[in-house]
Amino acid sequence: MTNFLILAAEEGEHVITAGDGGWWADTAGLMLVTPLIAFLAILAVGKRLKHQGGEIAVAALAVNLVWATVLLVMNMSGGVLDQTTFEIANIGNGLVFELGWVVDGLSIMMYFLVNLVGLIVFVYALGYMHGDVRVPWFFAAFSLFAGSMLILVGAPNLMQMIIGWEGVGLASYFLIGFYWDDLDNVRAGNKAFMTNKVADIGLILGAVILGVTLGTFDFAQLDLESVAHNEALAGVAVVGGLLLFFGAMGKSAQFPLHIWLPDAMAGPTPVSALMHAATMVTAGVYLMARTFPLYENLAQEARPWMIAIGTITLFAIGLLALVANDIKKVLAYSTVSQLGYMMTAVAAGGYTAGLFHLFTHAFFKALLFLGAGSVIHAVHSNDMSDMGGLRKHMPTTFWTFVVGSLALAGIFPLAGFWSKDEILATLGYEGYTLVMWIAIAGAFVTAFYMTRTVALTFFGEYKGHGHPHESPRIMTGPLVALAIPSVLFGLLNIPGVEIPGISNFTEWLGVREVTMGDHHAEGIDFLLAGSGLLAALAGVGLGWMIWGKDRASQQERDRFEIPLLYPLLRRKYFVDDAALGLVGATTGPVARLVDWTNTYVIDGIVNAVGGGTKFLGGLVYNGLDQLGVDGVFNGLSAAADSAGSALRKIQTGRVQQYASGFVAGALILIVLFVFVI
Amino acid sequence: MIVNQFLVLAAALFAIGIYGLLIRRNIVLILLSVELMLNAVNINLIAFESMLDTPEAIGQVFAVFVITVAAAEVGIGLAIVLMIFRNRQSANVDDLNLMRW
Repeated sequence: MTNFLILAAEEGEHVITAGDGGWWADTAGLMLVTPLIAFLAILAVGKRLKHQGGEIAVAALAVNLVWATVLLVMNMSGGVLDQTTFEIANIGNGLVFELGWVVDGLSIMMYFLVNLVGLIVFVYALGYMHGDVRVPWFFAAFSLFAGSMLILVGAPNLMQMIIGWEGVGLASYFLIGFYWDDLDNVRAGNKAFMTNKVADIGLILGAVILGVTLGTFDFAQLDLESVAHNEALAGVAVVGGLLLFFGAMGKSAQFPLHIWLPDAMAGPTPVSALMHAATMVTAGVYLMARTFPLYENLAQEARPWMIAIGTITLFAIGLLALVANDIKKVLAYSTVSQLGYMMTAVAAGGYTAGLFHLFTHAFFKALLFLGAGSVIHAVHSNDMSDMGGLRKHMPTTFWTFVVGSLALAGIFPLAGFWSKDEILATLGYEGYTLVMWIAIAGAFVTAFYMTRTVALTFFGEYKGHGHPHESPRIMTGPLVALAIPSVLFGLLNIPGVEIPGISNFTEWLGVREVTMGDHHAEGIDFLLAGSGLLAALAGVGLGWMIWGKDRASQQERDRFEIPLLYPLLRRKYFVDDAALGLVGATTGPVARLVDWTNTYVIDGIVNAVGGGTKFLGGLVYNGLDQLGVDGVFNGLSAAADSAGSALRKIQTGRVQQYASGFVAGALILIVLFVFVI
Repeated sequence: MIVNQFLVLAAALFAIGIYGLLIRRNIVLILLSVELMLNAVNINLIAFESMLDTPEAIGQVFAVFVITVAAAEVGIGLAIVLMIFRNRQSANVDDLNLMRW
């Protein structure tokens, strides 16, 4: 076990004195294993429990949340920096394979986020999944999902991160295809898995290139060497950085690898909530933040590409949310768009800005998904044309959903306003003015589609079947629990405002081995914040004008048909078609070639080898085995048999015959002893 | 001291015992013959002990052992004979040929 600790990390003008976290940091690794223990425990005994294993999953995350909260409080009031690793294997060439956990500002933020959002979603799932099929398997895979994400965010090196990365991919495959009775859901799971696999190649190649060049996979070393401008690392930094980014594009659903995320809505709604808030899609942004010093110092040339991808994602995919009819797909496209914001911010040098948006977004996106789940639970349909007028029937769901929507739209003073403003400020400060204006336009689009969603779902006349009613307390409770941070957590990082007693988000997120060196504004830029807010308000206003007012003909007005654009959006920019076409066109001939090779070449070889082996086998069987080995043993046993038959006649059962033999033998011996010897 | 007369007596007794063991058909008499043979050995042991006069009196000790074993042997032997007679109404060894192949 190695423990290292750097006592002071400089962050802007503040000097943070970090402690090593003591016992809590030394045992933080517990958080990485409890969900995996829960996974096995649920598989073993889940069926026999009252909630079919849900209580085990909830208990595991509740235990974790204690650790995460203690560490968060310690980090807020002084900083915690610690790393524990165990050497598992020596790979050779100086490379070792280590597992362990990091405790620093970034990982503590993620521990807290994953465990808190995870716990709330798990509790919600107790109600949502009640009476559904395969509940123990659901909670087992759910625990695996959270556990893999904790392994990922606790990773001290790229190797462990890949393990967690693949674990998250696997668990998401299980959960997206959870209702596997329907072939479409299986296809959605496959699509997610394959798209992620394409991106994973980038991650693995990038990890190998950087790790072999540096001689270690350790993130702390990577950060330190990046800051020190290590020459060997500088040579591969751009390639390695872009490959890592390609990996992040898959998990964080950046254009054009975003295609799996909307389809991933096939899973149960709590899965979507967890996937979009805390576990899966944040992994890519987290990877970029974890390796941030690399991009800040050595891989600067990679950044324009990353910003371009992020900007396309945040705006173009946001537009897709306008034409989706499935409430969950609207939210999915919204997530992709928000991930574009985060990725753009981190790529532009806004370490804090990107992660702050990740942090706040997790709460209100989880809230929106759970609210959507509550609605779906009530009307038994995902389609917004089956909803409407639910405001009166489901008041708690309605109000919390509105809070989440306003937070996402970036309305003052909710969390989304502050984090989006932070991103805009960073983009402006770093000189990406055009990107900043696109981001402001994106804020308009966000507010626009969220207004549409709220209007179509909760206002107007109810168009579905049956009588919808409010969900049980176990489902509305988590909604309220998520609405509170959605409102308040933006206050953690107001520019120029210090909360007494605790350090603000920028400071405690900057507790790393090296200084992050990103910009945090000293005060609020009212012009910029105003522009962002104005764009959001315009979006809400325009959306309300189109979908809010004329309630009777709401559905007809949903078709805001702009020639060219509308069909383009409906076909999702043809990216899905292109991907399918590409896969079809390339894999078809390859598959046929492989089939031909298989039938005529490999089968031929296999048959020849098989025939030869059969002939040799026959030879050995008939010649050696039957004649040789068996002959010897049969002969021996026959000899023993006949000898036994001959000798047993001596045994007559007459005692006096034996005695005669005995006396005769004794006499012979006497004669021998006395007369011969 | 001369031991010849004792050795002659013991040899005669032993020969009578072997004769009885091989010729007699009654199990009780066979057992008696065995006793004769054992006592012939005892006479030999005592005779040689008297001649050699060892301080530990090994001959007498062995004779006592033989008597003890003989007593035990007769006890078990007669019990077996009794059981055989009860089951088969016969004490003739020619009838006891069950212990064969």
